Amino acid sequence: METKIEIGEPAVKSEVKTLSRKKANLKKILTYGAFVGPALLFFLVIQIIPFLMGIYYSFTSWNGVSSVVEWVGLENYIKIFKNDPKFFDSFIFTTKFMLASVIISNLLGFGLALLLNAALKSRNLLRTVFFIPNVIGGLLLGFIWQFIFVKGFAAIGNLTDLSVFKLPWLGDETTAFWGIVIVFAWQISGYMMVIYIAALQGVDQTLLEAAKIDGASSWTLLTKIIIPLILPAFTICFFLTISMAFKIFDLNISLTGGGPFNSTQSVAINIYQEAFQNNRYGLGTAKSILFFLVVAIFTTVQVMMTKKREVEA
Amino acid sequence: MNPRYTKITFLLEIIGIVLGVIFLIPFYFVLINSVKGFADILIDAAAWPQEFLFSNYLKVWDIINFPRAFWNSLIITVISNIGLVVISSMAAWKMVRTPGKFSKILFVLFVSAMVIPFQTVMIPLMKLGGTLNLTNSIPGLIIMYFGFGVPLSLFLYHGFIKTVPIEIEESARIDGCSQFGVFWRIVFPLLKPITVTVVILNTLWIWNDYLLPILVLQDAELRTIPLATSSFFAQYTKQWDMGLAALVMGITPVIIFFLFLQRHIIKGIAQGSIK
Repeated sequence: METKIEIGEPAVKSEVKTLSRKKANLKKILTYGAFVGPALLFFLVIQIIPFLMGIYYSFTSWNGVSSVVEWVGLENYIKIFKNDPKFFDSFIFTTKFMLASVIISNLLGFGLALLLNAALKSRNLLRTVFFIPNVIGGLLLGFIWQFIFVKGFAAIGNLTDLSVFKLPWLGDETTAFWGIVIVFAWQISGYMMVIYIAALQGVDQTLLEAAKIDGASSWTLLTKIIIPLILPAFTICFFLTISMAFKIFDLNISLTGGGPFNSTQSVAINIYQEAFQNNRYGLGTAKSILFFLVVAIFTTVQVMMTKKREVEA
Repeated sequence: MNPRYTKITFLLEIIGIVLGVIFLIPFYFVLINSVKGFADILIDAAAWPQEFLFSNYLKVWDIINFPRAFWNSLIITVISNIGLVVISSMAAWKMVRTPGKFSKILFVLFVSAMVIPFQTVMIPLMKLGGTLNLTNSIPGLIIMYFGFGVPLSLFLYHGFIKTVPIEIEESARIDGCSQFGVFWRIVFPLLKPITVTVVILNTLWIWNDYLLPILVLQDAELRTIPLATSSFFAQYTKQWDMGLAALVMGITPVIIFFLFLQRHIIKGIAQGSIK
């Protein structure tokens, strides 16, 4: 189309233009990097790279001490599935614990939220009281409750003569299990309560008034109007409790230390011991990858299920 | 909301107060026994102390070197918080204001990492941390908190920034303000509500964290409050007189923090979860 003579000057101009556009683009990329870069860098180095390393190490015989890291293929995984009953026991314990504590802490949290949603005079004070355990870390809470179960319960038992308080709570498998559930629920239900209260306050009051005029009972109001309206809060609370209960470590280690006879050993403790006490890093990472898969599956299935119900409702 | 105070409300009030007292009983036990002698605890843990012994506290104060542990916890929590607020808010703003595939993929990457349990990352992280000289050092631990805290903080900022109108920024740009100027002078002050939420959530997490610091910090003088308390319990098992004093000292700072900021904390928690 164009002859050489004609394009002489414009070509230079467009070159300058593309150069300046390139410069502008480069500047854009640089500012993007300056803003996003630090967060991305820390995130990649601290989480993503170790995660990928973990996948690799789970196929090796790495023991943390010797510099030789041998590729062993699926050996670690086979070992876990074939002869590691302790790991499976810890998975079963953790799953049972999760189910029990998710149900109890949400029932309690929702109940407390309904209670404080009434026009109580002591409402603000009670909200503070129920929330307090949540600001203390699991480790210290575990120690506190160790004292309560061992000495406090015995004292209450002497005062009231109730047999529940005279049991050797942390010394028996069943009661130790429920002991952890109780402390977890005590810690977490105030948190759930706060989320449920926020959701309850968003419920349209005129809707409830209208239903009341139509003669609906409180129970129908609750199950047919309130709960369907605040299903998103249930999704969040279940997600939070499931993932917190499944990853339990601090509270578990300070309250029972996994005992008696490893009966209350959570998966997180099992992995920790495999790696940092038995020095079997390869095996530990293989376990931790399986743990990741289970947590990911549990939480996504749960979110998908409750989300689906939200839409239907 | 029902403005009338009926009989039912009164009944509910009673139930609430009873439940509240039950919730607080563990604290009662810990407090009263922390000022008793060892023998008195064994005789009756529920009884009011016959005399108040504060020697438990003085002993524990020295054994766990409480001022040191408190200072370590404070430094770690404060610097991690500042860093997380700076890097996450900047990244989130740029990502929201630069729509496109790249920002979207990054966002999904950040958010999906929240599913990864800490236990899955910790073993290789200790190896990598050793190579990068991050272990047994407080700055190293803080850098790790940057990495672990970014996803949630960025997620919260991201959601909030989407609701901030872009017009204000654009007019500032026309006035010749640089990108950094626009962000720090105009956008960041608008993010205050979500910054409060981010700081509260990160503070409660970092202050109480146990597993990461126990893996990273080995020296006794680097210990945070949870580490100092747990090593105390490992040494003085069943010595409840001193153990309870250690626990009271351990939980006091965070309870004071909560009581002072409870309005913000409860609001922040609710907001942080709903997003």
